[in-house]
Parts: sequence; structure tokens; C-alpha cells
Amino acid sequence: MIRPGEIAVVGAAESTKIGAVPGMSQIMLHADAALNAMEETGLKPGDIDGVACVGPMMPQQIAHYLGITPKWVDGTGVGGCSFMLHVRHAAAAIHAGYAKTILITHGESGKSRINATPRPPEPESLNGQFEVPYGPFGPPTLFPIPVLRYMKERGVSHEDLAMVAVVQREWAGKNPRAMFRDPITVDDVLNSRMIAYPFRILQCCLVTDGGGALILTSADRAKDFPTKPVYILGTGESVETNMVSQMKDFTSSSAFRVAGPTAIEAAGIDRSAVDHMMIYDAFAHLPLYGLEDLGFCKPGEAAGFIREGNTRPGGKLPLNTNGGGLSYTHTGMYGMFALQESIRQMRGTAPAQVPDAKISVCHGVGGMFSASGTVVFSNQKP
Amino acid sequence: MLAPGRPKPKPTPETQHFWDGCKQGKLLLQRCGDTGKAYFPPRPFSPYTGTRNVEVFEASGRAKLHSYVIHHRPVPGFTPPYAIAVVELEEGPRLMTNIVDCEQTPEALQLDMPMEVAFTPLDEEVTLPLFRPAKESK
Repeated sequence: MIRPGEIAVVGAAESTKIGAVPGMSQIMLHADAALNAMEETGLKPGDIDGVACVGPMMPQQIAHYLGITPKWVDGTGVGGCSFMLHVRHAAAAIHAGYAKTILITHGESGKSRINATPRPPEPESLNGQFEVPYGPFGPPTLFPIPVLRYMKERGVSHEDLAMVAVVQREWAGKNPRAMFRDPITVDDVLNSRMIAYPFRILQCCLVTDGGGALILTSADRAKDFPTKPVYILGTGESVETNMVSQMKDFTSSSAFRVAGPTAIEAAGIDRSAVDHMMIYDAFAHLPLYGLEDLGFCKPGEAAGFIREGNTRPGGKLPLNTNGGGLSYTHTGMYGMFALQESIRQMRGTAPAQVPDAKISVCHGVGGMFSASGTVVFSNQKP
Repeated sequence: MLAPGRPKPKPTPETQHFWDGCKQGKLLLQRCGDTGKAYFPPRPFSPYTGTRNVEVFEASGRAKLHSYVIHHRPVPGFTPPYAIAVVELEEGPRLMTNIVDCEQTPEALQLDMPMEVAFTPLDEEVTLPLFRPAKESK
């Protein structure tokens, strides 16, 4: 078995610009972030021997574009948490000796749509037959489908779900790269434009352009790099269903309940040792599900945990400290940006740095509760 | 007939019987031969045990409203605001649907309210299993 701390992240960078980047196509957003990550590590494309990015036929596009001849590739594409799975698979590949220096990239022209991935309707797919005919139109109409059931079963209010956005905006206010930084109140959220009841625009993620890249190697080699190594303590992954209507329990994600605890157990840590957390917040309910399904709150207690200030600046479990998908950026597959923030926090370079943070849990979702990946990081080698 | 523009499902060999059933006013589910449990969406084997020993049966059409969103933005074939709902059938499986014969408001749409299937033609080829509040609850 792979040991906690055996593999490290030595390179981590976002694209030079995020938000509205009309001057770059999707593949260049991948490359821009990759070049930034290689630059900080002093690596050239010829030094990279493994490549991971999301989706069919993509690893060859990225490898060729960057001039890399990989010995190991991974095109796992399970939505916005794919990068957490890439980290897990890359760590295993390095452990197995399949590659030494692996580059994971993301680029998405989610806003400008330059060479963006088309999302064609497939009327023969199960989604096309059993969901699409009823009028869902993108994630804002699908991801919140379980929310009313969650609210009823857990006794959660509209104000509770507004509070998630308020707290994350507080974090975003500390981050110059965040798209939205002005403080908001619960009333602001509850009076913002209705998108798909019960969610309003301020409870839905942004749609932006951007990219990110990670470079992983063994902890033994990490000390030869100019960057501060961030060690991988544990990882987890799972999938449930690509149809939100078929999610077994509308109040809890099966994929979360597998991926999160798997990563935490592999890391060999107590939850009380976690100093910092990222939970992919495509919509305002995600942090509640994440806190409960990963065992940081008992079922029904996450809303109160956030309401009482535990996740805000100065709280005992700082959460989504870049402002999250709700306020920082969200290209479509935000998981890469959650990972970047965990790594910044572990390097001590985050704009809203959590003092003395040593362990960070980064939890991602893919599709509409359809997939999940979790990575536990530390700046201390166990 | 539903408004034009709504995306049309295209049956596959594994789902054809379901759509044929809808056209005939029957909600057809499948049942696992090992456990007796119903499942959805259609497939010629059981997701519970993997057995190919499964049977098609006609569901009651009775359901409860499990969860929903009310979409407020325009989509071809739909007039906002409209609910995108998930109902839980009496036999256990859940399916996505729309709610007809009912105001599309949080007040009118209460979770767990009894529902019944309302087969509604999309065109000459396809009929969708929409749902309405059950008659006894009106």
C-alpha cells in the first residue's frame, strides 16, 4: 500500500488570468496553467513523463500541445472532481513506478466558450430518455433537485442555505482574484433573482474561464524542487449515478460517503486534526452534504455548524477559503481550483491564509452528486 | 399534446417496452427475479443481484412527490415557472417528471403529497409519464 506522505505536489498553478479570459482558447488555458506550474518547479516538458486531464481524447491533445511524451496517461472524466481522481491515480502510478513526474491539467473556456467542449443532447442516453424530456436546463435545474427533500428531512431553512453563500463571500472579500468580493447578507441572497426554486442566483456557482495544473512526484524527489512540497496523506474516489433523479438518498451522497472517509482513513488522521477544508460548492447545499457525509458534522448539524460561524474567517474549520465556486471562480469543472487553494494553504501562500494550517481536506463532486474524489494534504511529512 | 420544442427521448432496445407502455397508458416497471424488488430505469437485468431473470409488470401509477425545483428561466418547449419533479412510485423506484393540473408554486407542491400518473403525448410517437395530484387529495 501507498504510505501517507509518500507522494508530494511540487508544482501548482492556475492560469495567468481567471474569470473572463476571451483571449485564450480552452486548450491554451490548460497550457498556460501547465507552463506556470512547470516554471515554478524549473521543469521542462521533456521532464514530464505522465499526463492526466479530463475526457476522451484529451491526454493526447494536451501531451502533444505541450511537447510531452508520456509513459503514463489518465483521461478520467467524471465531472468537476476528476482532478481529485487524477491526483489519486497519479500517486498510485508514481508508487508503482509507472511514471516519476506527472502533470495534471485543467482548462475550460466556460464563459467565453472558445473551443469549449460541446455538450450535445443525447436522446438515446438514459439521461436523454428519463430526465431531459422534463425540462432540466443545465446544472442549476438538476443539482438542486434533492434540496427540498434535504431541507424537509434535516429541518434546514432557506436562511441556512443563504448563509452558505454569505460566509463564502466573506472569504472571497480577502481574495483579490475572486470574481465577486463585495459582502452580502442573507437578505441579499434571499432577494436575488430566482433561478430554480429553492435556489437564487447567489446560491449558484459562477461561470468563468480558467485553468489549473499540478505536478506530482515522489516525496524523496520533492526536496530537489524549489517549491515547498505538499504531501498527499490519503485519497478516495467513488461514483454513484449520472442521473440525479436516481440518487438513492436525496439527503446524502453515496459517492461522498465512500470517497471522503476512504481518504481520511488512508491518511490516518482524526477529523479534529483537520485545519482547513475545501468542499466543492457548485451550489449552496454542497458544503452541507460534504460536512455531513465526510463525518465532520452529524446528519442535520451542518447548517447550524455554518450558521454559528465555524467555517468563516477565524472559525475552527475554515472552509472554501478562496470564496469557492460561488464567489471565486467556476469554469465548469471547479475541482482543480479547490485543489489549488488547499495547496496554497499548505504552502502558506493563500490570500486568506489560515494561520499554522498543517492538514487540509479537499473534497470534490462531479456531475450532480454523480461522482466524488477527496484528497488529504499536509505540509508535514508524516 | 405538449408544447413543441421539448426534447424527445429516443428509445433503445432495452427501454422500448417502457415507451411502448406509456403510449398504451401503462407505466411498466421491471422486477428482480431474485429479490422481487422493482427497479428503474429499464434494463434487462437486475441492478440488485445481476440476474437476467427479470419481469416487466404494470405499476399502479400511484406515487408521492419526493422533491423538485421550480425553474424560472425560459427553455424551449416549456413555459416558466415550471416544476421539474421527482416522484417516488408506490412500488419503490423514483422517476423524474413534470407536474400537471397543479399550480407550479411551493405552496401547491408539498413534498409527499399523493400523485398519480397522467400520460401525456409529446407527439404521435412518444407519450411521457407526467404526474398530477391524486384525485382523492383534491
